[in-house]
Amino acid sequence: MYQFLYDLIGNEILAGLLVAVVPLTIILVFALFGIWLERKVSAHMQDRLGPMRTGWHGWLQTVADLMKMLQKEDIIATDADKTLYNIAPVLVFTGSFAAYAVIPFSSKLLGSEVEIGLFYVIAISSLVVAGILMAGWSANNKYSLLGAMRAAAQIISYEIPTALIILSMVMLTGTLSLEKISQMQTSSFWNWNIFGGAVFGLSKFLLIPFMIAGTLIIFTSTLAEVNRVPFDIPEAESELVAGYFTEYCGMKWGMFMLAEYGNMFAVSAIIAILFLGGYQSPIGYLGNSIGAQWLIPFEQGFWFIAKGLALVFVQMWLRWTLPRLRVDQLMTVCWKYLIPFAFINLIIIGIISLI
Amino acid sequence: MKQYLKNTFDGIFTVLVGMKVTFKHLFTPAVTIQYPDVKVKLPDRVRNRLYVNMDDCIGCDQCSRACPVSCIEIETVKSIPSEDLGITSNGKKKALWVTKFNIDIAKCCYCQLCVFPCPTECIYMTDVYEFAEYERSNFLYKFATLTDEEAVQKKINYEKFQAEKAAAAAKPKPETPAQTENKTE
Repeated sequence: MYQFLYDLIGNEILAGLLVAVVPLTIILVFALFGIWLERKVSAHMQDRLGPMRTGWHGWLQTVADLMKMLQKEDIIATDADKTLYNIAPVLVFTGSFAAYAVIPFSSKLLGSEVEIGLFYVIAISSLVVAGILMAGWSANNKYSLLGAMRAAAQIISYEIPTALIILSMVMLTGTLSLEKISQMQTSSFWNWNIFGGAVFGLSKFLLIPFMIAGTLIIFTSTLAEVNRVPFDIPEAESELVAGYFTEYCGMKWGMFMLAEYGNMFAVSAIIAILFLGGYQSPIGYLGNSIGAQWLIPFEQGFWFIAKGLALVFVQMWLRWTLPRLRVDQLMTVCWKYLIPFAFINLIIIGIISLI
Repeated sequence: MKQYLKNTFDGIFTVLVGMKVTFKHLFTPAVTIQYPDVKVKLPDRVRNRLYVNMDDCIGCDQCSRACPVSCIEIETVKSIPSEDLGITSNGKKKALWVTKFNIDIAKCCYCQLCVFPCPTECIYMTDVYEFAEYERSNFLYKFATLTDEEAVQKKINYEKFQAEKAAAAAKPKPETPAQTENKTE
């Protein structure tokens, strides 16, 4: 993408900016659309209608809310640590947005083709924890602090099963590059990693149950990492008002919201790349059959966003199905269930990939 | 160990059961309605805002007396013989000018006790239930059809008529003032 734009424009800074603008646009549009979708999904699951007044079925509701949010006064509590308080939302948003740098939306739309993409994603998403802790500490509010502490404990705990599953996928594919992992699962949904990968043989069929288990584990643990229900104790409305961003208002609050939805799509994208074939089409490309090669990258973009949105929908679906977990239950699920299963999964996938 | 595996299985299974339930509800038609656009049909004998059809009102003051919270205020002036007030829809002859017919709907307790005594059925409950106001004074509904000037005029007319009548009665028999008094009443 960068190289393509650089050849086209011939200016490093401009090309770099354009490369950055595309995922930013996607994440902003997704956040607007995602919040609306969340409200509609929740409404229909509770036999309600949700927003209906602004635009067709209320699709402009989030835009209206954004306008309201931009006009709000920026209030900072007297006893808050102003420097940290102001940096925190930016840091959280940066953490979630920076992960998009290596996510391949299609074979042509790719921020950076780094070889250590997966490693980078895990590393950069840890920035969110620092931002959340900062927000909770600097606000000088007991609810914020409790929320931040819970968030830190939860995110750090759930990073272990996530990392273990990613490790098993790295063992299987032999690469850390998200682009290469996507390319391996080409041509048909049967070649996706959830169905044992592209290499046909005994090991493929042996891998299938463990791959499905791995998908479930990574889905659960990433759900906890983005603080979604049923793992939303850091921002538990009924206990902590809004958790670590209780004291924020206006657009700073909006940035936390944006980061949350950005994170939701980012983790869905990672799961889609690792297990569901990334940007590859499950049924072959229209561009190949009608002989229009230029169409393929657009189709890939469509499939990638469709897979990401499908997983985001499952996240929302779970949110309106399950009640919130208690802190001890949360830790039990992670340390007593997900981590042992992830370890067993890792060992078995390692053994199978040897044969 | 057995318990551990059972817990794992139960965890996944119960989540799927819950997801099935919510997925079904995703396609259930909404039970809520778009309120200001769509309204629930009201029951037949619903009690809401009062309305007075002044064409039929004979100014008998029965509704005002029936009201338990005294929210209806009526003042009337007798008509003079030269004036014709017409008849009500059920044939009663109107004899009084209703100069004031105020209902303070903020006081109203929606008991409908004023509706039953009305001989001409001119005061009744409508199906309007959205009448919030910013000012409390706006809740004082004035139903009288006469303007203030007209009301004053009717009063003057009646007093003039009474005075004339008294004068006429007083002329032939000036020696019996007691009788005159009775007549003026």
